[in-house]
Amino acid sequence: MANLKTSEKKTKAQSMGLHSEVLTGKTQQKFFNPDEAENFYYFGTHDVDFNKRTELDVKDMDCKQANGKIDELMSQGYGTIVIKNPQGKHSLGVGILNKLNLIFEGSLGYFGCGSMDGPIVRINGRVGWSCGENMMAGKIVIEKNAGSCFGAAIRGGDLICKGSVGARTGIDQKGGTIIIGGDAGAFTGFMMQRGRIIILGDVGINLGDSMYDGTIFIGGKIGSFGSDAVEAELTESDIGWLKRKLKVAEIGDNFDVSKMTKVVAGKKLWNYDALEPTEKKGAI
Amino acid sequence: MCGIAGLIHRGKSSNVGQELQGMLQALKHRGEDSTGYALYGDTDGQNFIMRFKVGENVAEGSSSIKEDTSVYDERKKIVDRYLSELGARVVKEDRILPYSLRYEVKYDKDLMEFSQRIESVPGVEILSMGKSLEVIKDLGNAKAVCDRYNLDKVVGTHAIGHARMATESGVDIKSAHPFWGYPFSDVSVVHNGQLTNYWNNRRSLENKGMRFMSECDSELIAVYLAEKMRAGATLEEGMRDSLTGLDGVFTYFVATKDSLGMAKDTMAAKPLVLYESDDLVAMGSEEIAIRSVLPQEIDTYDPFDGEVKVWQI
Repeated sequence: MANLKTSEKKTKAQSMGLHSEVLTGKTQQKFFNPDEAENFYYFGTHDVDFNKRTELDVKDMDCKQANGKIDELMSQGYGTIVIKNPQGKHSLGVGILNKLNLIFEGSLGYFGCGSMDGPIVRINGRVGWSCGENMMAGKIVIEKNAGSCFGAAIRGGDLICKGSVGARTGIDQKGGTIIIGGDAGAFTGFMMQRGRIIILGDVGINLGDSMYDGTIFIGGKIGSFGSDAVEAELTESDIGWLKRKLKVAEIGDNFDVSKMTKVVAGKKLWNYDALEPTEKKGAI
Repeated sequence: MCGIAGLIHRGKSSNVGQELQGMLQALKHRGEDSTGYALYGDTDGQNFIMRFKVGENVAEGSSSIKEDTSVYDERKKIVDRYLSELGARVVKEDRILPYSLRYEVKYDKDLMEFSQRIESVPGVEILSMGKSLEVIKDLGNAKAVCDRYNLDKVVGTHAIGHARMATESGVDIKSAHPFWGYPFSDVSVVHNGQLTNYWNNRRSLENKGMRFMSECDSELIAVYLAEKMRAGATLEEGMRDSLTGLDGVFTYFVATKDSLGMAKDTMAAKPLVLYESDDLVAMGSEEIAIRSVLPQEIDTYDPFDGEVKVWQI
């Protein structure tokens, strides 16, 4: 566990209540030197041209074949790929680690576009559970509804659903932004650690349950607060950021963000005791 | 993990046997130990259709003990005798497989007494009793069971089904879904999830005279709802009670002669995707099941936690 200190000088993110501590120790360690970036190779990535466009009909393919074909097209330099007939198949568009315009003409099943780092994805349909799970960077826009565990454990990027989502949206979220145009189910922001969630509609019970950090903005009614989730004051900085974010996301035209409820961690559950339970027993 | 699927046509009949087969086969990756169908077919409504088994499927993978088929014949003879003693007249008799039978029965007395008498024969279990409902369940995936029982020609209004991965009880027909809502005519249940207060509820319900045929936690839902309805609750009221009366994680479907319902626990821990239009409701553990009957682009959604819905034909 990294050491935690209270910061005197607040960064912009800290002033918005995203986090208040300064991380030291191993978490701040630089793992590669930026000067050596040209020697850095990201395995499985391709140089693509956004102007080079193609279509891929995956109606008669399983997910492995479809993902293999997308990889093959990227290796040929295609930077804009339109996927036809995804028909609710699972795990499509996962593990893409380079820039890409990816468009799905239809709905996806589970784990759609998970573990990706960079692509811009538009899904003209619905997605099943765990869409965008573990996303590092990029943007995913879903035109219809999404299932549960939407954006589970994302580290970065923007995940936008124009419809409603199921339960546990942003579970274990570690960064990035999740934006929902409709309603969200129970346990939204469950155990989130960083990042922001914006829900324009209502949310179910146990909002922000056991959240460590991060911020949730709610436009509608809240079923109930979860353990250690507390309401915070919405600042001018928040309002400005929300306006910009919704505009860029092309969602919530004319939505009055100044009436949103801001939810953060109360941090009463924090217990970063370095001792294991058995060690603690011995110490006592 | 198991997969469940169901559909209801409103205002018309369709080939529900084939449709449900497609939906369940799309979910076969969620479990192939056994597959079950509860089909609500078009009938004249005059007689009861009794689906029952006189033994287990002991094919490879089964957890049942192999029996000589002559034992099945003996059990069938006793069932026939009991039916006669109960005043039930068998109008039509089909022995689909050595262990699986379908009778059309004329009977107008108490179904609980009827069922208790028939099931007093060791090894015999009524899978369903209804004037429209037929429960067909066996080992294997959806296509295998459909082919074995010729279900692809069944025409009706609605159906629910289950693709099972056995986790807490045996690989056998008695633990397979759907479960009949004994002793109610035409009530069936399928479930995906785990119930953690199974034994407490079971003991309580057994004390009230309800019967359990397996140790599968899902059977509890059928018995729980049947007991609620016996006490005067409507199906929907019973389902809403179940959200607090049953502990654990669950999504389940229940069907009656003219309705189909779904319930999702308050944790929303088990998946369900739903499509709803004026003439069709289709739902399943995954969208891919719905796609097998509606390949065109459609609007679907996940019901929220603690949601209960009931549709009429």
